[in-house]
Amino acid sequence: MSDLPLVPEVETPLPSLLGDEGLLSWFASVDHKQIGIMYLIVTLVFFIIGGLEALLIRIQLAQPGEKVLSPQAYNQVFTMHGTTMIFLVVMPMLIGIGNYLVPLMIGARDMAFPRLNALSLWLLIFGGLLLYYSFIAGGAPAAGWFAYAPLSEKAFSTTSGMDFWALGLLVTGIGSVAAGVNFLVTIITLRAPGMSMRRLPLFVWMTMINAILILFALPSLNAALVMILADRQLNALFFNTAAGGSALLWQHVFWSFGHPEVYIMVLPAFGIISEVIPVFSRKPIYGYGFVAASTIAIGFLSFAVWGHHMFAAGMSTTLDVVFSLASMLIAVPTGVKIFNWLATLWGGKIRFTTSMLFALSFLILFTIGGLSGVTLATVPVDQQVTDTYYVVAHFHYVLFGGTMFAIMAGFYYWFPKVTGRLLSEKIGKWHFWLLFFGFNITFFPQHILGLIGMTRRTYTYPDIPDWARLNLLSTFGAFLIAVAVLVFLWNIFVSLRNGEIAGNNPWDAWTLEWSTSSPPPLHNFDLIPPVRSTRPLWDLTHPDDLDWKRSK
Amino acid sequence: MVDKNKLGMGLFLASETVFFLILILAFIYFRGIWSNGPGPNPADHLNPLVTGLFSLALFSSSGTVWFAERSAARGKHTYQLGGLLLTILLGIIFLVGQGIEYANLFRSQVTISQNLFGTTFFTLTGFHALHVTVGLLMLAIVLGLSVKDGQKSTHQTSVAPIALYWHFVDIVWVVIFSVIYLSTLLL
Repeated sequence: MSDLPLVPEVETPLPSLLGDEGLLSWFASVDHKQIGIMYLIVTLVFFIIGGLEALLIRIQLAQPGEKVLSPQAYNQVFTMHGTTMIFLVVMPMLIGIGNYLVPLMIGARDMAFPRLNALSLWLLIFGGLLLYYSFIAGGAPAAGWFAYAPLSEKAFSTTSGMDFWALGLLVTGIGSVAAGVNFLVTIITLRAPGMSMRRLPLFVWMTMINAILILFALPSLNAALVMILADRQLNALFFNTAAGGSALLWQHVFWSFGHPEVYIMVLPAFGIISEVIPVFSRKPIYGYGFVAASTIAIGFLSFAVWGHHMFAAGMSTTLDVVFSLASMLIAVPTGVKIFNWLATLWGGKIRFTTSMLFALSFLILFTIGGLSGVTLATVPVDQQVTDTYYVVAHFHYVLFGGTMFAIMAGFYYWFPKVTGRLLSEKIGKWHFWLLFFGFNITFFPQHILGLIGMTRRTYTYPDIPDWARLNLLSTFGAFLIAVAVLVFLWNIFVSLRNGEIAGNNPWDAWTLEWSTSSPPPLHNFDLIPPVRSTRPLWDLTHPDDLDWKRSK
Repeated sequence: MVDKNKLGMGLFLASETVFFLILILAFIYFRGIWSNGPGPNPADHLNPLVTGLFSLALFSSSGTVWFAERSAARGKHTYQLGGLLLTILLGIIFLVGQGIEYANLFRSQVTISQNLFGTTFFTLTGFHALHVTVGLLMLAIVLGLSVKDGQKSTHQTSVAPIALYWHFVDIVWVVIFSVIYLSTLLL
């Protein structure tokens, strides 16, 4: 098939903040690539802020009876750490990556609604600023990231921190819904000719299901937020238990958002892994249909498991059992994915790039987090360890060991496409191993701490056998993570200046974004290769081994 | 080919459905508490007849906005302007009715902070009224643009999604009216 048109190499200068287009072109941009990059810069800044808050927590807990922070400051710091990492880092970082990649992967010029896209970004930025303004306006929120009522009511949270929390999340929440609408319309209407649903790159599949989850989960949060705002600002009685209001109502409404949110924070990460592992195994993904379909199953089930956050809240036994079973059931489609990725590795010519190392460690760390999740879905176990460090260890294995490691895999994988230069593999290996050990040293001991009785959100603790040692170990790990992040930032800095020039397709990958120049021109493609399989670029560059001929 | 504006609006409205669903469920949940509690039933201060009459204005505006959309599709500029204008007037009449009902409740000392009925009633109907107001703004903008551009543009791609939004606001009111007013009459 040598008569297929080859994609011409297009010479475009690397983007520069100080170049002829200038800063203003970024602030006023409606281009999905620029918006995607801005999402990543903003979320990276919030990641550093949230990370510094985590370090403060770990310093305070390093030894018994520590007094680095006041109890009030400590509550503010852990609330802001959780809120920042979830709403201003993980979720928008994945939206930002999707923003950059989805139009490129489906062969489109831009998102369906470019201006709405810019609005989503700016709502994120202003929502984040609103949240952080609370520090100046009399004190940050201090009721934890899920802000249980009545603690979050005016009678118990007297500063305006909770109001800024609710307003900030409402603003970013509206932006997320707009992003969800935008992704869905883009994927439904703007696919290149031949790009049927069965040929969509899996990252796009995951982003699509993710957008559906955003559409149906975020309004629950928004409803909860307007109710708490009505209570605090207008003296409404939703959660005022003294006047007949209901504390459980908050928990139900919040977690009916909160659990789908967990999947909102992990589905695109699955998508990244489903792109990185096949390329560095030199094989197409094993069981494409199963990976896509299991995502739909996860999407449905994620709306039926929120009660597992409430086993200790005194629901009926029947509800406990139903939510417990549903939560265990969701491990099945998730397990299907793990096996698909393992089968993809099987017999592959594995290339241990930094990106691949992050992807492989994702498999291990996410599985550990998933298994501790299944134990927590068991009602009697949960009632023993709820609100202990066992839970903290569990969700950090899922969100940090899982999602953040996947994001790092994606970062090393797509950085050359975005900037035109490869990240240094040498510094990358340092980054990976420091982060891998730092992460495990920080969070593995927390499983044990939880099992021997240390509750989460503890300001300080007495000198109980083993507590001091394990906490000190955890704090040491946290500093290793900090060093790893510095190495990562150094890698970006060095590679942006002197990194190896990437060319269009440094990994010999096969999705459409690699067919255009690095970085892509404003209009994305001069020529879109014909799409006849899930690997259009493979078909183009390997005419002797066509996917669409082999599968027939 | 799917119209992306209409698809985008439809997806947004699907999301809004969940938002209203939560507020409606909160009303129903607390209704079980206040309607069985001691003392007079706060819902007795409601005026189903007057609100019912004003609701007719909103219900019929679904017809006028459909007429505007159809006229836009057929390029009948004057009919389109008339349909939009009528829709806006009917929407304003509905909001006046809501104002009358609110004033009536305030006179009877029923406010958002008074009891659980007030809390859920004003939050639910208030957010609905906010959505009606946003709808009126969108209708006014597209009406203004249609007048300004004259015959040459019908703004059909804008009228269609706004009409969809307006139907949604109408349907939500059907549910809210049934849950708040009709149920108090029947139960």
